[in-house]
Amino acid sequence: MTGTRPDPSKLYYRKMPATWWLQKQSYFLFMLRELSSVFIALFLLVYLYQIYQLTQGPEAYVAFTRRLSSPGWIFFNLIALLFAMYHSVTWFQSTAVVLPVRLGERLVPRQIVTALHIGAWMVVSLGVLILFLALKG
Amino acid sequence: MAEPTITLNVTRYRPGQDQAPTTQAYAVPYKQDWVVLDALNHIKDQIDGTLSYRWSCRMGVCGSCGMMVNGTPKLTCAAFLRDYYPREIRVEPLVNFPIIRDLVIDMSDFLDKLKSVKPWIIRKEEKPVAQGEYLQTPAELEAFHQFTQCINCMLCYAACPVYGLEPKFLGPAAIALGYRYNMDSRDQGKEQRAVIGNHDGIWDCTFVGECSVVCPKDVDPAAAIQRSKVDTTKNWFQSILMPWGQR
Repeated sequence: MTGTRPDPSKLYYRKMPATWWLQKQSYFLFMLRELSSVFIALFLLVYLYQIYQLTQGPEAYVAFTRRLSSPGWIFFNLIALLFAMYHSVTWFQSTAVVLPVRLGERLVPRQIVTALHIGAWMVVSLGVLILFLALKG
Repeated sequence: MAEPTITLNVTRYRPGQDQAPTTQAYAVPYKQDWVVLDALNHIKDQIDGTLSYRWSCRMGVCGSCGMMVNGTPKLTCAAFLRDYYPREIRVEPLVNFPIIRDLVIDMSDFLDKLKSVKPWIIRKEEKPVAQGEYLQTPAELEAFHQFTQCINCMLCYAACPVYGLEPKFLGPAAIALGYRYNMDSRDQGKEQRAVIGNHDGIWDCTFVGECSVVCPKDVDPAAAIQRSKVDTTKNWFQSILMPWGQR
């Protein structure tokens, strides 16, 4: 298939503005999803450091956890938690797109696949919470 | 009583004459059953014959009349004035493509990419016609049928910020069509479509998902790309863990 191509010097090239992700809600939500990984990574680094403190003796560990209970750290954890939850929801939405589930001949609607994933996630989270409270108490 | 009108703000660009695109406002009769394409045809026939744009079938089959309507890529033959009235409508050429003139974009890049995925059935050896067709079960057809609906309208390319930022990206429609043939039980040409699995293919995609949202034919290119990623990764692990199991 060969055709005549337009003269490149006569074309007008538009540039994408740096603010493209602010122009549409879906683009903005996409950027939030991408940004969520930064907070999850930061949380994990803090968590790893907390585990490392265990090797430094009980005093060091207690001192570090006490520092973590300052308002600034609690605020950070709250933001990280919100991002982690948003990340998880978008993950399950994506899963439904990537893995179509069939029941016999029929395709299970994506919303149901996502809802089942989120339901399972909540059950597991609840189990972990109960285990945590039981071990603590 | 005067006939109601609606204003269309249309991008104009005359190469050799304009340094940059400008916007021209046209007041056209507002009719309940008119689409943006009808309004453009009215402008061309009655108001300003110099306006250039592409269209053909005006029924959502040919894929020529894709434009940005109030910032969203749409087939103008399917964008009803009544969904915008009484607000003004902004009509621009599809973004992420160079403008040739007015609302006409240069699609050469898309056509090159489309060709590079070899969107046709490839057989290692063609069987003689006398032996009949390559048969397929309904379930085998179902595996790719949705992806056959693409009309190459390029709305997905205009919706894709990755393509806007990284012009080398193979893009939604080309990958979806490559995937369509890879999934076809009659096809044996997967290796010849390696371009899909390259860095500028599926791995450039960050799954914004807008391609599937704007697709007028429910092709869902985003799903094709993500599923290709899973398939490619599975094949890669398989080739590492079980090198003897190669086809």
